Amino acid sequence: MIGFISYLVNGISLGSVYAIIALGYTMVYGIAKMLNFAHGDVIMVGAFVVFSTVSGMGLPPVIGILISVAVCTVLGVVIERVAYKPLRHASKLAVLITAIGVSYFLQNMALLIYGANTKSFTSVVTVPPITLADGALVISGETIVTVIACIIIMIGLMAFMKYSKSGRAMLAVSEDSGAAQLMGVNVNSTIALTFAIGSALAAIAGVLLCSSYPSLTPYTGSMPGIKAFVAAVFGGIGSIPGAFIGGILLGVIEILGRAYISSQLSDAIVFAVLIIVLLVKPTGILGKQIQEKV
Amino acid sequence: MKKALSLLLVGAMTLSLAACGSNSDDSAATDSTTAEESTTTEASDSEGSGEAVFRIGGIGPTTGSAAVYGTAVERGAQIAVDEINAAGGINGYQIEFNFQDDENDAERSVNAYNTLKDWGMQILMGTVTSTPCVAVVENTHEDNMFQITPSGTAVECIQYPNAYRMCFSDPNQGTESAKYIGENGLASTVAVIYDSSDVYSTGIYEAFAEEAANQGIEIVNVAAFTADNNTDFSVQVQQARDAGAELLFMPFYYTEASLVLAECNSQGYEPIFFGCDGMDGILAVENFDTALAEDLMYLAPFVATSEDEQVQSFVTAYQEAYDEVPNQFAADAYDSIYVIKAALEGAGATPDMSVSDLCDAMTAAMADVTYSGVTGKDITWGEDGEPNKAPLVLQIKDGVAVEL
Repeated sequence: MIGFISYLVNGISLGSVYAIIALGYTMVYGIAKMLNFAHGDVIMVGAFVVFSTVSGMGLPPVIGILISVAVCTVLGVVIERVAYKPLRHASKLAVLITAIGVSYFLQNMALLIYGANTKSFTSVVTVPPITLADGALVISGETIVTVIACIIIMIGLMAFMKYSKSGRAMLAVSEDSGAAQLMGVNVNSTIALTFAIGSALAAIAGVLLCSSYPSLTPYTGSMPGIKAFVAAVFGGIGSIPGAFIGGILLGVIEILGRAYISSQLSDAIVFAVLIIVLLVKPTGILGKQIQEKV
Repeated sequence: MKKALSLLLVGAMTLSLAACGSNSDDSAATDSTTAEESTTTEASDSEGSGEAVFRIGGIGPTTGSAAVYGTAVERGAQIAVDEINAAGGINGYQIEFNFQDDENDAERSVNAYNTLKDWGMQILMGTVTSTPCVAVVENTHEDNMFQITPSGTAVECIQYPNAYRMCFSDPNQGTESAKYIGENGLASTVAVIYDSSDVYSTGIYEAFAEEAANQGIEIVNVAAFTADNNTDFSVQVQQARDAGAELLFMPFYYTEASLVLAECNSQGYEPIFFGCDGMDGILAVENFDTALAEDLMYLAPFVATSEDEQVQSFVTAYQEAYDEVPNQFAADAYDSIYVIKAALEGAGATPDMSVSDLCDAMTAAMADVTYSGVTGKDITWGEDGEPNKAPLVLQIKDGVAVEL
């Protein structure tokens, strides 16, 4: 029983990381109607910035994280301006391919700057672990912080959407960007703001991901990025609570599948579940019920 | 909606393909210093008008994610070549050495092999990694060219009589690990984590499991991971811990090992850690907390801190040339070149012999070669091309690997 609870905790921890990344995917998809496949690599950039500032330059972790969030925010806006904005009216496929191109570009830039060797990431979390049941169940500080951060971010985003002017502008653009423009909403700056928020989340996700799994390479972001994309689709892409539920479920299924079915087949199990969910409910878990798309 | 959905799936597939391929075209940055081409100290011998040199080719990844290994091999071999040339060459003939990049890709490796053949390669020192090596050995077998791989550990790397190996094979490492654990009574219950998507890891694990039974070691838990799933080890570590294993056997590379060690630490699990030669390099991971690896034991053919005279002179030369401490790949390559020299001398070979004649003469001579180098003493080779040498067991103490 303790074993099961421990797996569950690990699953929720992994799932929270997926959820934070998935929130970025889902925001951008909901508003700009495009899949930003470079999102996973922005995570990697965020982690490298913290690595350089905290481990390299010896700055305090909080400052490092703030710098990282700033760098990623700027990076997200620049990517949107340079790579995606000129293609606003091009076919969806063109934008998709461009996003993959940006993803490669970021990976290769990181390779040029940092090289292919794995770096060990020093956790920025200082919360002590909680030990329960005579050491049989250890909940690490990283897990606690990740789960709390994930919940705060989700609630914050939902409140932002509902109550702030820019948030409502985002909702309007996601409903009908043409009509929103006619009503005086600046579509371009709204989309830029979406990318800024999404990329800032990516920086936080990168720090939390690498604090839990302390290895950093230029490819660190790609697999979690794909998994988080799956989580976003799973939960219903475009829906904020959907991304959260999808991420947590995906993490739990992955860990429990690995623990009780097969440690090699965990990815196969995850994707099989995705296929079943999409067959039964093509819009994802919360794709329909929640009309309030981001 | 269907359309959008299919677009999503296409996107997901494209990206996962992209992710697979992405390892092959990375950093040229790591080897910018190794671009010095083969030192072409032209033979001073009069006969053959400048043609009278032994042309040794090398193949390995000097770019891409396995660049660390290929670069080390290229550098280690270059040191041996320079030493031999400075000392008068082999049988009075100088060596030309040409190293080609294969990016750890089988197809590119065969291309590199063809490039080297056009250049006039007579002997192949390579390839560095197992998968390309298995592909290239088919070609050298067809051409009957003498081949010695410094570090290709898969059994199939040397499945033909023209191919030899400098390092231990995968099964050999598994067997030796189990023997060492059994004979020294390190533990009676062992858990294994291995990479089921990797031939190296799987090969070691299978041989280990077989030998463990003979040694009376009980394997209480086996958990696998794959290349796509190598960041979260919480389940594998927890299973090992719950099974009560006294020793955790980790036949995989240091990249994953650093994560497993961190996970064990966060779960408060402190077994004896035992690994294979893939652990070599863990102390060099940037920013790695070496306290996590304290007391880690691993098999290795080579330790740079050894007081052995040959090792010291090699390490000094390597440090002078490249400003870093050589790893085992560099050491294997260094020895490989000297083994080629020993075989050529044993055969009394000259550079004007054909590739096939050279190979026949060298394989005949290999039966009598007894070589002592930086990766072992009194090494002999069987007909199967496997080296007979004793492994070294290292343990990390206070952040330094020491011989046990």
